[in-house]
This record gives sequence, C-alpha cells and structure tokens, in this order.
Amino acid sequence: MSILKISHPAGRRTRVVILTILIALLLITIYAMGIFIPDEAAAGSFLEAGQPPSWKHPFGTDMLGRDLLARTLKGMAVSMTIGIAASAVSAVIAVITGIAAAAGSRYLDASIGWLIDLVMSIPHTILVILISFAMGRGLKGLLIGIAATHWCSLARLIRGEVLQLRSRQYVAVSRRLGRSGGWILIHHLLPHLLPQLLTGLILMFPHAILHEASVSFLGFGLPPEQPAIGIILSESMRYLSTGMWWSAVLPGLVLVLIVLLIDRLGEQLRLILDPGSAQE
Amino acid sequence: MALEAKNIFFRYRNKKPWILEDCTLRVEKGERLALFAPSGYGKTTLAMLLAGYLKPIKGQILLEDKPLPQKGICPVQLICQHPENAINPRWRLRRVLEEAGGIREDMLDAFGIETAWLSRFPRELSGGELQRFCVARAISSDADYLICDEISTMLDVITQAQIWNVILNEAEKHNTAVIAVTHNRHLAAKIAERTVELPDL
Repeated sequence: MSILKISHPAGRRTRVVILTILIALLLITIYAMGIFIPDEAAAGSFLEAGQPPSWKHPFGTDMLGRDLLARTLKGMAVSMTIGIAASAVSAVIAVITGIAAAAGSRYLDASIGWLIDLVMSIPHTILVILISFAMGRGLKGLLIGIAATHWCSLARLIRGEVLQLRSRQYVAVSRRLGRSGGWILIHHLLPHLLPQLLTGLILMFPHAILHEASVSFLGFGLPPEQPAIGIILSESMRYLSTGMWWSAVLPGLVLVLIVLLIDRLGEQLRLILDPGSAQE
Repeated sequence: MALEAKNIFFRYRNKKPWILEDCTLRVEKGERLALFAPSGYGKTTLAMLLAGYLKPIKGQILLEDKPLPQKGICPVQLICQHPENAINPRWRLRRVLEEAGGIREDMLDAFGIETAWLSRFPRELSGGELQRFCVARAISSDADYLICDEISTMLDVITQAQIWNVILNEAEKHNTAVIAVTHNRHLAAKIAERTVELPDL
C-alpha cells in the first residue's frame, strides 16, 4: 500500500476529487427528483392503502394509499432545503457574531456572550415553536426558527478560534507589513475557520431536519399535507403497531443515507482544502 | 535619522520584576549593530519593542524623533527566531512573498529559493528553508531597519553564511540598518560594526 502511495502521488487527490463530485451529484439528483416528481405520483388511492414494498411501490404505500417512495423523495427535497438553508444561515450568523465578539470591544463581547447564554438556556424546540409561530408558521417560519436557534455553539467555537488566531505571529507580521484588519480577517483568519465552519454546518444539518420533523409533528411547523420527512415518520408511528414497518424504516434509512452522504462530502472537502492533506 | 529606545521600561505582567529597566539604545540609519545578552535577559522583548510588536510600559520608541507609525508598512521590520510561527500554515509560500509586495527574481536566486517551493505549503519545507522566506519577505518590504532576532540559530553554517551575505548586501545597497540579536560572538564580530551588551543598557 505504501509503495502504491509513493508511486502515484497524484492518484489519491484525483480519487478524492472524483468521490466529492460523485457525492455532490448524488445529493443533487435526489434533490432534483424530489422537486420534479409530479404531485400526482404521491397522490393516494384507497385501493392500494397499506401495501408492503413491491415492484410497483418500492417503498410500499401508507394508510392513505400514497406511494411512499415518491413521498419520501419529495419530503427529502423539502427537508434538505430546510436543513441546508437553515444551517447555512445559522453558520453565517455564527461567523459574524463569533468574529464580532472576538474582535470587537469588551462590551460587545459581553453582550454577545449574554445573548448566546440566553438562546441556549431556552430549550430549542420551544424556541423554534415560538419563533416559527410568530413568523407565520409554514416553511418560512420554520426556516427562521431553526436558523435563529442553532448558531450559538458554533459562534462560541469561532470566537475562541479567532481569539487564538489573532495572537499568532504571522498576524502581527502582516499588520506590520501594513495590512488592514479587514484584509487580515479575510486572508489570514477566514481560511482557518473554514474547517470549523464545514464541520459545524454538517453537524447542524441533521439537527435542523430533526427539529423540523419534531416541530411539524407537534403541529407548529409544516402543514400536514406537505410531504416532509418528519411528517412521514411521525405518521408512520401511528401504524407501526399494525405491522407497517416499511413506512418508518425505508424513509428513515433514506434520511440516514442523506445525512451520511453530507457527512462524507464535508470530510472529502476538508481533505482537499486542508494543507495537511492537500498535496498527498 | 535614527531608531531610538528612550528610557524604556517593560514587563509582561503587573507586579512582576521589570525585564527591561530604563533601557536606552540608539541605532543610526545604515548602522550594523549586534545585540548580546545571556538567555532570559530580554533580547527578544527588546527586539519586539523596537519593531512595534509590543508597547513599552514607560518610555518611548522613536523613529526619526517621532513615535513608530501604527498604519501602513512599518519601516522597522522584525525577522523572528521561529519561521514556522511567522508564516501562515494555510498559505502557499508564493503568497507569503506577495504579502510584502511582489516576488523579485534576483532575491529568489540570492537566497537559493527554488521556484518549486513557491507552490508548496509551509509544512512541506524545513525551518531553514522557511527562514529564507521570512528574510526575503522582510527585505522586500523596503524596511529602513531590519531586526534579526537569532535568525540563523537553526541553520547550518553554509546557509547561515549565504543568508547573512544577502542581508548585508541588500543593507549596503539601500542603506538599511541591521540589528542582529545573537548568541554567537564570532557571527557578531563578522557582521557588526558595533556590539552592545544588553545588561549594560
């Protein structure tokens, strides 16, 4: 193995890049399928209610006779939108507040610290429900609710990281070479924050989806006719005792698969971007 | 035209003993000075104070009778003892040189920097190779005063000679003052016109 590595130094990088592109393509395909599947495909027919998986319905049908594969894919698209958008917005909030806390005045740092404590002291679910309700529920309310509650721990992490980076010698050198604070932030600090940011984003993604599911389950999120993965799972709970295992297991597996894929995507991106492995 | 430290006092924490107490030093432009002291006497601290990395608790650092400029390229540049700390580990080395304003071919040749190194990351080069980049960076910023804080301690003798030759050549050309902080008396005798013992200041 070690001989192979030495004799093909470029091969590993190419393989990582190809894997990254493949995973990204797969995620995009699932997303596109969810969006382009017509609503009729997920429409129900009581003649086919509660069928186990078959060639016609690979994921079976639910108690209303709706095809679960079509519903899962459509639900996945909605959940991915919420997951990606909410965690991206959350991450941006975290970066801005984290940097502001580390680089700003002591009062700013204290007030951001206080705000983080405040948001973290309230259980997420309750806060998401409150914000989502105040913002008019539905997709928009949920997005704002989840984005506004998930930035805290990442913001703390970034604050600590920036404090540490600011005291590095190369930052001091850069300042003596006449570079401005903004230039140093963009060129010296942000590249170091990228791994934290990627990992934070990826860890936030399943969190966001699960919050979406739980809030929808409680009736404060998405309307019940919308096929979101959380709604499918919570509906399936009602029929699990009648032996309809497929309505919970298969959509659940797809959710796990998507989360794993995004996790792998993050890991591959880190391999490409990190100087420790970039040229291996 | 001089860089001056006027009666400076410095300590890292309140209530700790002074590291530098009533320390005065004057370096003329174009002068070559060697700074001597045993370990722990504040050589590096004095170097950092002179280059504006630290501020004295009492006293003043004056450049041509004015305080050091806070904005823009500082005319006093410090080259540190540990090059691996002074270079961003996420930057390819090309950017390190570009940060100080462009890559000069003659400089690369003089320091023996190979073109292939420019596209590498710092962790792929040795300490001596990185130190050449730090020195090249400080010189290309067109500083009037170069403070070299034990820059050649980790280098082999040939590389040491090579780097010091380039520094002295460049200093001659641009009338740059060189302040060499060192343990090595032979090196000091070779490069400096004047030698100062830190405990005497």
